[in-house]
Amino acid sequence: MNISNSVTKKDHLPKMNGKALYVADYSTDGILFGRLFYSSKTRARILKVNIPVLPEGYLTVDKNDVPGENRVHIVMDDTPVFVDDTVEYIGDPILMVVGPDEDEVARLLSEITVDYEDLTPVLDISDPDATVFFDYHYGKGDVDKAFSEADKVYTEKFRTGRQEQAYLEPQGMIAEPHDGRITVHGSLQCPYYVHGAVAKAMGFEASRVQIKQDVTGGGFGGKEAFPSILACQVAVAAHKAGKPVRVIFGRREDMEFTSKRHPSLCTYKAAVKDGRITAMDIDVMYDGGAYTTLSAVVLQRGIICANGIYKMDNLRVHGRAIKTNTVPSGAYRGFGAPQTFFAVEMMMDHIAKDLKVEALAFKQAHIVVQGDETSTGGKYHFPVPVPEMIEEVDKASNFREKKKKYVRQTGRYRRGIGMSMVFHGAGFTGSGERDFIKAVVKLHKYADGTVEVLASNADIGQGLKTTFSKIVAHELNMPLERVIFHNPDTDRVPDSGPTVASRSLMIVGELLRRASINLLSDWVDGEDRIVEEHFTEPDFIIPFYLDRFHGDAYPTYAWSVSAIEVEVDTFTGLSKILGAWGSFDVGTPIDMNIVVGQMEGGFLQGIGYASIEQIDADRKGRIRNNSFSDYIIPTSMDVPNLNVMMHIEKYPLGPYGAKGAGEIPLVGAPGAYLEAMEQALEANLNYIPFSAEDTMKVLRGEVK
Amino acid sequence: MNSNIIKFILNGNEVSYAGPAGARLLDVLREEFRLTGVKCGCSEGECGACAVIIDGMLANSCMVAMGRINGSHVMTIEGYAGTERFAALDKAYASVSAVQCGFCIPGMILASECILSKTPHPTEEQIRDGISGNLCRCTGYNAIVTAIMSASKEGNGLW
Repeated sequence: MNISNSVTKKDHLPKMNGKALYVADYSTDGILFGRLFYSSKTRARILKVNIPVLPEGYLTVDKNDVPGENRVHIVMDDTPVFVDDTVEYIGDPILMVVGPDEDEVARLLSEITVDYEDLTPVLDISDPDATVFFDYHYGKGDVDKAFSEADKVYTEKFRTGRQEQAYLEPQGMIAEPHDGRITVHGSLQCPYYVHGAVAKAMGFEASRVQIKQDVTGGGFGGKEAFPSILACQVAVAAHKAGKPVRVIFGRREDMEFTSKRHPSLCTYKAAVKDGRITAMDIDVMYDGGAYTTLSAVVLQRGIICANGIYKMDNLRVHGRAIKTNTVPSGAYRGFGAPQTFFAVEMMMDHIAKDLKVEALAFKQAHIVVQGDETSTGGKYHFPVPVPEMIEEVDKASNFREKKKKYVRQTGRYRRGIGMSMVFHGAGFTGSGERDFIKAVVKLHKYADGTVEVLASNADIGQGLKTTFSKIVAHELNMPLERVIFHNPDTDRVPDSGPTVASRSLMIVGELLRRASINLLSDWVDGEDRIVEEHFTEPDFIIPFYLDRFHGDAYPTYAWSVSAIEVEVDTFTGLSKILGAWGSFDVGTPIDMNIVVGQMEGGFLQGIGYASIEQIDADRKGRIRNNSFSDYIIPTSMDVPNLNVMMHIEKYPLGPYGAKGAGEIPLVGAPGAYLEAMEQALEANLNYIPFSAEDTMKVLRGEVK
Repeated sequence: MNSNIIKFILNGNEVSYAGPAGARLLDVLREEFRLTGVKCGCSEGECGACAVIIDGMLANSCMVAMGRINGSHVMTIEGYAGTERFAALDKAYASVSAVQCGFCIPGMILASECILSKTPHPTEEQIRDGISGNLCRCTGYNAIVTAIMSASKEGNGLW
C-alpha cells in the first residue's frame, strides 16, 4: 500500500463520541482545586503578601514551598516557579490557593492583597535601558564593499505583533503525590521537558517523577514550554497538600498569562547593483517578554532565515532578544521564522517596486538552487522546487494575470494579490538533534504479535498516533490495528525528544522505521522483544557551530509558495479574502489527509496572524483583549476559498521521503497577504497584523 | 414534590436537577451528569466547544442557565453518538480526517446535525454559516465542510 494513502485516524472515534479524556475531564473526586494569584504590577518589589484567614483544608503555595530550586528548567533557568522578590510582568505568578471547593478558592483569591514597591518597567524593545537577553552576530562575504559599490541602498523597518496560539483546550495539569514520587499529567507537547523541570523544582531524582500526556486539545507551540511552568506549580502544591491538585485555566487566564509569538522589529538594509541585490545588512529584534524561556532558540531560527530563500553572498545579521516587562514570549508554529520571512518578502517586494520590475520576477532571479550556500555557510543539499511550485500556484490562482489587472483601481471595492515563498528547516536548529536531543525510540513486540511504539512525542492533533503507527505497520507489513501508540508516559517511553520543530515525523518517524527493520530481521513468532534505535546525524551534514553561526543549520527544508487575493471595501476598511492558494513541499506525505489538514489549518493561522489577530496592551503592558470576544481568530466564514496543493520532493533520509510539515504552512501567509493589501491600497506596507483600522488609516492618507 | 426541582430530558432520559436555577448548563452536564464530551473552551459563548442541542436548536451550554431548560430536551454528544445520523457523520469525518485535536469536535458534530436537520442538502455556504459559531484552530475548516457535505449525500434520507 502507498504510505500516503489515508486511513481512519487512530484516535478518531473517541474524539468524535466525546469519550476521549482531556485533563479537565478526569473525575475531581478527592482532588483539590488550585488557582494562581498573579502580579497586578508591571514591575515591582513585593513588600508583603496579605492572605486572609484560610478555612480548614485550604492552603497557599508560594516560593517558600518549592522543595528543590525555585526555577523552571526550560533553556535557561531564570523563570521562577513562583516569583521571588520582584514581579516582572502583570501576570507573574505569586502564589497558588488550593482547596476542596472551587468557588471558595476563588473567593479567597479575591481577598488576597499585596503591598508593592513600584520599580521602573521596560515595555518597549527600543528602550535603551532594556536588558538584552541574547545577542547574536553572523555574516559572510564583504558587506561593506557591496554597499559602497551599490547603485542604490534601501533601508526599511518591519514590525510584527504578538500572536496567541488559541488552542481550543486551555492549559491544564493535575499532580498526584504517591509513594515518594510525583505524577503529573495534563495537556502538553513535550513530556521530557516537563519531566526535567519538575525534577529540578521538586529536588527529586529523575526516577521519582512521572509525566503523562493526556489527550491534548491543540498546542501550536503554546504547550511546549508553558506546561513545564504549570507542572512545577501543581507538583509543588500537591507535594505540600499531600493530595492531588489540579489547575485548569480559564480562557481569559490562558490568553493573558501564557506565552505568545514574539513581537518583532526588523531593520533591513539592502544594496542593489545592476538590478540585483548584492548585500543585506539585517538587524532583528524580538521582544522576549519578562523571562528568557525559549527566546534564544526562537531568535536563532529567526536570524538564520533573515535573507529568506534568496542567494546572498554578502550578508550581515545582528539579532537580539530583548527583555520587556510583559508576558514571556515563547514557541508558536514557525518559531521565529515567520517574523523574518515576512520582513524579507516585503523588502524584496518594495525594492522590486522601486526598480519598476515585477516583484515575482525579481524574487525568482534571486532564489537559491540546489548546491547553493545557505545563510550560515551550509548547503542546500537537495533540490529546491520553488520555481515549479510558483507555476503551480500561478496556474491555480491566475496570479500573474491578476497582478497585471488590478491597477489604477478607483471604485469602492479594490483588489490585490500577493505571493510569498519560504522554507522551513525541519528539526532542531544546528547541532541540537545531535548534541542535546539525542533521540531514542523503542518498539515493543509482544508475544501475541502486537507491536507498541514507545516514543515521547505527543499526538496533539497533528496525527502522530496514526502516522507513527503507519510507518511501523508498513515496514513490518502488518495491519495498522496491530500497532499501538499510547499517549506518552515517561515511566514507559524513552526520550525521543519534544514534539516541536516539525521534527517528530521526519526524525522520530525515521528512527521508528529503522527500528521496525531491526525488529523484522529477528522476528520470532510468540516471543516478546524490544528493539531500540538512536539518532545519528546524516553523513552529508556540514557541522554547525553556534558560536559562529556556521554550517548546516538544518539537514533539509520544506518549501512553500503561497498566494492570497483580497478585496478591500474602501468604505468600511474591511477586506475579504477571495482566495488563498498554497503549494507545499513537505516530502512524502505519510498520510495525505493528515498532511493536507496540517497545511490548511496552518495556512489559515498564518492568514489570521497577518490580518485579524491583534493583541492589544495598555500602557502598563496589560493585555486588554484576553478573550475570544476581542481576540478574533478565523471562523469557517473567513477564508472559504482556501486551496492546498502538495508538491513532493522526497528527502532520502526521512521515512519514505518525508520532511517536516507542521510549521511551513503558516510561515508564508503574512507576506502574501500584505503584498495583496499593498496592491489593493497602492501603498507600501510594513507591519502585521494589518487590520481594517490600518486599512482606513491608509485610505485616509494617515499612513503612507 | 419540591417545585424547585428542574426536570428535563437529557439524551432521551428524564432527569432532575435540584441545584440553583442560575447554575450553568455546561457545569451541570460536566460535573453532575459527568458528560465530559461537552467541552469548556471559553465560558462566554464564543467558541462553541460546549454546544448542545436544546429542543432541536444548537446552543452554547455555557450561556444557558439551568432554569431555562425546565421541560426541555437536551442532547449532548454522548446521547447523539448512539444514533444512525452520528454514524453517518462519523464515517464522513473519518474519510477526510476532519478530526485533529478533537476539542471542538463534539460541538462541531452537533452543529453538523443542526445544519442537516434544517437543510438536508446544504450548499457549502450554508454549511460554513452553520458551523461559524464553532471555532476550530486545527483544520482550517475545509475538511469539516467536506465531511458535512459528504454526510448529507451518503446519509441521504437520514435527515
